[in-house]
Amino acid sequence: MPAPVTLANLGKSFGATAALTNVTAAIGAGQITGLVGPDGAGKTTLLRLIAGLLMPDKGTLDVLGHAATDRDAVRGDIGYMPQRFGLYEDLTVQENLNLQADLHDLDEAARGERFATLLQFTGLAPFTRRLAGQLSGGMKQKLGLACALLPRPKLLLLDEPSAGVDPASRRELWRIVRTMAGTGVAIVWSTAYLDEAERCDSFLLLDGGRLLASGNPADFTRRLEGRTFLIDLPERQRHRVQREATALPSVADVTIQGRSLRLVLKEGGALPDIAELVGSSTTARPTRPRFEDAFVSLLLAERPPVAAPAIQTTSAPSPDGIAIEARDLTRDFGKFRAVDKVSFTVRPGEIFGLLGPNGAGKSTTFRMLCGLLAPTAGSAHVAGVDLGRARATARERIGYMSQKFSLYGTLSVRDNLDFFSGVYGLAGRRRVSRIAWTIESFGLEAVANLEAGTLPLGFKQRLALGCALLHEPQVLFLDEPTSGVDPLMRREFWSRIGGLADGGVTVLVTSHFMEEAEYCDRLGIVYAGRMIASGSPDAMKQRFVTGDLPEPTLEDAFVGLIREHDAERQGAAAA
Amino acid sequence: MWRRIASLILKEFKMLWKDRKSRMVLVVPPLVQLVLFASAATFEVTDASLGLWIEDRAGPAQELVSRFEASPAFHVVARFDNPHSVQEALDTQKVKAVLHVGQTFSADVAAGRPARVQLLLDGRKSNAALILQSYALGIVESYNLARAGQAAAELNIHPRAWFNPNFDSRWFILPGLTVLLTIVAILLITALSVARERELGTFEQLLVTPLRPMEILVGKTVPALCIGFVEANLIAALACFAYGVPFVGSVVLFNVAIAVFVLSAVGIGLVISSVAKTQQQAILSVFLFLSPAAVLSGFTTPIANMPDWAQALTHLNPIRYMVTLSRGIFLQDISWALAWPQLWPMALIGCVTLGFATWLFSRRLE
Repeated sequence: MPAPVTLANLGKSFGATAALTNVTAAIGAGQITGLVGPDGAGKTTLLRLIAGLLMPDKGTLDVLGHAATDRDAVRGDIGYMPQRFGLYEDLTVQENLNLQADLHDLDEAARGERFATLLQFTGLAPFTRRLAGQLSGGMKQKLGLACALLPRPKLLLLDEPSAGVDPASRRELWRIVRTMAGTGVAIVWSTAYLDEAERCDSFLLLDGGRLLASGNPADFTRRLEGRTFLIDLPERQRHRVQREATALPSVADVTIQGRSLRLVLKEGGALPDIAELVGSSTTARPTRPRFEDAFVSLLLAERPPVAAPAIQTTSAPSPDGIAIEARDLTRDFGKFRAVDKVSFTVRPGEIFGLLGPNGAGKSTTFRMLCGLLAPTAGSAHVAGVDLGRARATARERIGYMSQKFSLYGTLSVRDNLDFFSGVYGLAGRRRVSRIAWTIESFGLEAVANLEAGTLPLGFKQRLALGCALLHEPQVLFLDEPTSGVDPLMRREFWSRIGGLADGGVTVLVTSHFMEEAEYCDRLGIVYAGRMIASGSPDAMKQRFVTGDLPEPTLEDAFVGLIREHDAERQGAAAA
Repeated sequence: MWRRIASLILKEFKMLWKDRKSRMVLVVPPLVQLVLFASAATFEVTDASLGLWIEDRAGPAQELVSRFEASPAFHVVARFDNPHSVQEALDTQKVKAVLHVGQTFSADVAAGRPARVQLLLDGRKSNAALILQSYALGIVESYNLARAGQAAAELNIHPRAWFNPNFDSRWFILPGLTVLLTIVAILLITALSVARERELGTFEQLLVTPLRPMEILVGKTVPALCIGFVEANLIAALACFAYGVPFVGSVVLFNVAIAVFVLSAVGIGLVISSVAKTQQQAILSVFLFLSPAAVLSGFTTPIANMPDWAQALTHLNPIRYMVTLSRGIFLQDISWALAWPQLWPMALIGCVTLGFATWLFSRRLE
């Protein structure tokens, strides 16, 4: 039987931008094919081409035995779930299903049986009368999936189904899709989470519109067998050691993973002298290579990394030994309590992560701490200032960078720096020297006079961080700073953040990315408006070590914590 | 504080300058509308198609008919001999009016009895019909005077219109249009500027800087004020030099009035932009405000003709005052004392809208 989807030399451009160039691949039946890559890699374009929503410019595309120009014949056999929730938020779960059934001309008899199966399958049966808009992120995705599965498609296209979904729901989604694959459906699952690639039967790795690699994920990571190690480190030196290790000639990649350092050697590279590097007696433990390691070594072969110089800031550490303090922070939106009595403290120079799925209340907490939102109750102190009393003073001491590029795209890099230095009240010599410092330490000389909006993503991110640091803030707020960027950019970014933390700058990060969370010194897990746990990533993982799971991931810990919390609440409700 | 505001103002100007779309919004639509209104919008009626239904061939009747034929207001396109064809011509809009002279007209004139002619008008276009009616009355009157001879000529009325001696409708429209085009540009700029920043995410970035809501408002107001000045003066200059509208009043008074007017408009724009979440919402809200505000401004139809409740509403509308002022300054050279009753309500409206915008801005942060 021929593959359900084959593409040869496929190309698609939008105006002058090439979204896909020369992609050749096949997608097999009964398999989950991971479409993996950072934002802007071309994942959605490829899915839309396969779904018949776009026409290719070049090459051939064969779907279920029909060419791209002849897609109507097979439209009924393709299930497509777009990235954004593509259902009607003002209809109930059942009404959404009915509507989809009507659109697909399902008759009454088939309908009843299909609904029952899918509702049971997705665990949505108790919620049929709830409005779709009031479902949690994970449940929305399950409903989207149920609707896509309604007409029994032979090919199922899922565009980032797990983005922003809590890990427990993510596992549910995988279970459902895995079962579907067992019935012979060909499934394409696009994702920016590299760890998901390892769960797929095969993968297509896209970068900048090109197919960088494809095949079986186990074969892909096997190339790095024997080249990946973990080194345990004393807590305060991790960023320094990381920088020094990155500079070693035999080392390809160094990342921080909890309290350890993860080392990937170059092909044929020898393990460096760990004792000399760390300065104490510790050994390197071999560890299993990950998909990300293989992706990074591929990328490194193509573009050598830009060395991110350590950033020296002169911002004074907070005097009282507490940089951020949240005390019983609470926020209501109408009747809905988004954040319920969240309390935590962050020490100067610490990187603290607020981790949680979309809609759990982490962004609301974050916005209250950087003064964008006033709390309903409770108090927040940042850099020694009570946000309730002296918000403007506090703002002079904090820097803020959001996930979206939020600088002025039509202004040049230099105009942006001029503007932000001005609104932060910098003047005279200090202003000139801070702008010069930013341009130099972020490598922006070559692009200083270009429009910021036209820069590549990596430069935009450097500029955004540069603008946030102009006034030498004591506390830096980062809102999902590296979600969806490629792993090299993420490394560059976090090495800068590490340097800042070593210099005494306190960093508060929100994320739903487990990979970002690994860079934090401590984490607070936010779930259903409460902080259900806090501690170092290692300590969290440690709690969930079992015989079956000797090395639990952060996601395992996350899922475990949420389960414990839910069980506790149910227990409390029953009592 | 002033340094922060100055940075913000400088940034606003840079962005306006660099963004081709904003520059277009400021220049092209006002120019196009100015040309359109100046050339196409006119209240005068010339060359109206006239039908004749003349049942009297004698001298006096023919003399009246020839006066109609000679008038620049009318252009004879058809002659009829029965009511049916008259009806059909009016129904199908072949003619806008029909002059009917009955069989006894000349005999009545000769006998010194009151003679009657009938003018049939297409009332579907009531404004044009009214104007044609007054033209026809004028012709009939001059005919009467000529028939009556010297004795009646002593009562001859020579109307003279002050400030617009030739009743040139451009003189009436363009001073008002200057006001309207200025407010459209100002509302769009202020309403869009915050909404755009909100959409792009830069607004949050602004809010985490030490800039206070009040400072952001000042930073957004000053550029709009400057643009309002340039826009109003430019359109006024074009109206004078390209279309010959006189500007007899004080340039200083005009600009003082424009400043007060623009401030009240900026307040409205900022209120819209603090409520609108997207640029689309902002644009829609601007037009939702503008269309009734234009009607209730006296720009095209006199406020005195409106029902009482509508007249009361016009007092809340800054455009109303500025249109009055603009006409007064262009055509009449009104004094500061005469301008004052128009200036203070605008200033009051400005204070209220700007204050409301400030309140909304700080409240949205809570």
